[in-house]
Amino acid sequence: MIRFSHVHKTFARSGVALQDVSFQVNKGEFVFITGPSGAGKSTILKLCFFDERPTQGEVKVCGMSSVTYKTTDVPKLRRRLGIIFQDFRLLEDRNVESNVAFALEVTGTPAAQIPGRVARLLTQVGLGAKATALPSELSGGEQQRVAIARALANDPVVLVADEPTGNLDERATRGIYQLFRDINASGTAVLMATHDLDLVRRSGCRTIEVNRGQLVFDSAADGGPRPSGPIKSLADDA
Amino acid sequence: MRLAIREALLAFRRAPMLSALSITTIAFSLFAFGLFGLVALNIRNALRQVEDRVEIRAFIADGTGAEATSAALGDIGAFPEAASVKLVTQGEALDRARRELGEFSDVFEEGILPASIEVRLKVGFRDPATVRAVAKRIEVYDFVDDIRFGEEWVEKLHRLRNIATLAGACLGLTFAVVAIIIIGSTIRMAVLARSREIAIMRLVGATDGFIRAPFLIEGFLKGTLGGLFALVLAWVALLVINRFVVQATFFDPWMGAVGVIAGASIGLAGSALSVGRHLKRV
Ligand SMILES: Nc1ncnc2c1ncn2[C@@H]1O[C@H](COP(=O)(O)OP(=O)(O)O)[C@@H](O)[C@H]1O
Ligand SMILES: [Mg+2]
Repeated sequence: MIRFSHVHKTFARSGVALQDVSFQVNKGEFVFITGPSGAGKSTILKLCFFDERPTQGEVKVCGMSSVTYKTTDVPKLRRRLGIIFQDFRLLEDRNVESNVAFALEVTGTPAAQIPGRVARLLTQVGLGAKATALPSELSGGEQQRVAIARALANDPVVLVADEPTGNLDERATRGIYQLFRDINASGTAVLMATHDLDLVRRSGCRTIEVNRGQLVFDSAADGGPRPSGPIKSLADDA
Repeated sequence: MRLAIREALLAFRRAPMLSALSITTIAFSLFAFGLFGLVALNIRNALRQVEDRVEIRAFIADGTGAEATSAALGDIGAFPEAASVKLVTQGEALDRARRELGEFSDVFEEGILPASIEVRLKVGFRDPATVRAVAKRIEVYDFVDDIRFGEEWVEKLHRLRNIATLAGACLGLTFAVVAIIIIGSTIRMAVLARSREIAIMRLVGATDGFIRAPFLIEGFLKGTLGGLFALVLAWVALLVINRFVVQATFFDPWMGAVGVIAGASIGLAGSALSVGRHLKRV
């Protein structure tokens, strides 16, 4: 579903960001990407939703290849992905409901279906009671839940999350992580970048570790998901 | 489309200050352009009125037969440049002189003023060269004693008209460019103010066309409102001028409509450009 084949990424201003990265994420998998800050995690995720293009090699997501795609295909791909960031990226001047509805409106969902779906999504992320609150009236964890509801709006096959708990305290982090596990349990794949090693260790999920732009460890190097592999600490690598 | 219109209207509501600012900016730049247009229009009208009085007068020798003059009248009337040809008899010339000179009217005696043929030229044939050429052709008649067409005056008028046209074109172009730049940058501001929203729309899979639509509608509405506002401003300015300076004419409805359409198109083009550039960049 997501496949990186010998991907290199070079930025004109800061040089090499990724070097010969290859891995694959299958349907329904839960995969962590870890590594120190600046390692290239965000770059990998941006390549997944075609916000960046590889300098070399191929990224293939939901059948769309970075080598052959047309720019007009990108919106179609993004409707099959749910994208989540550390900073939530909500529209501050719209309430919770409208923020979620927004994703349905811009993708052309019939207006009559929107309120029902929004209500269901908010219930799913545990925010049924806060539909009319503004983002500024919510805690960080709640804001991230709104972002997750929005990401789920178009029934994505995979959630791509870049440090989704990076701005949250311990408790909220656990709550959000549990939500991701629930979503994953219902069949949606999750690709999550994080440098929260505790979280990764405790989870026992497949882990890909990057350092200085190189994939240095994949707990499923043999291709299949592995429930709990050995996790190399960053200190070992340095 | 309904959603796009709603988003465009929402943009007005969410950023009323910025919207009001850009509408006023558009209005004032179009107003400057319109005010200048009014001046140009009135100068042109004034010049045309003066030009209407361009005429060639051929004085007829005493004792010329009626057939000769009426034949000449027919010939001259058939000139492509001629708008009207009129015979002014001795009697009429005397009447006219008496009317124009009022109390000194008794100094004229019958027969002292010659009869003449008055030729008015069509619009477009009133430049000095054409006037002179037509005068030459009339001069060939034997019975024409003298011919006058205010040579110096026609030339001056012509030069004035050329200067007015040239200055008008330059100034008008400058104002139009300034208006476009100002309008473009206000819309750019509106786009930047919503760059976050645009980024989010892209993330959730909105197409560029979908993202563009509300901005285009917004630009179109702002341009139209700005154009209407500019028209009102120009009209108020005209009232003031009429009251305190000179009697001036306003745009006819057709020109007013062109002004508003120009505002709308500039708004639309400005948005298209700003959004296009923004979408290409990110
Ligand atoms: N848009 C960009 N332009 C230039 N350099 C970039 C850009 N994005 C990332 N980089 C560089 O690529 C490297 C990897 O960055 P990133 O993927 O954000 O790391 P991480 O998310 O693991 O902290 C860094 O050296 C960073 O400076
Ligand atoms: Mg990052």
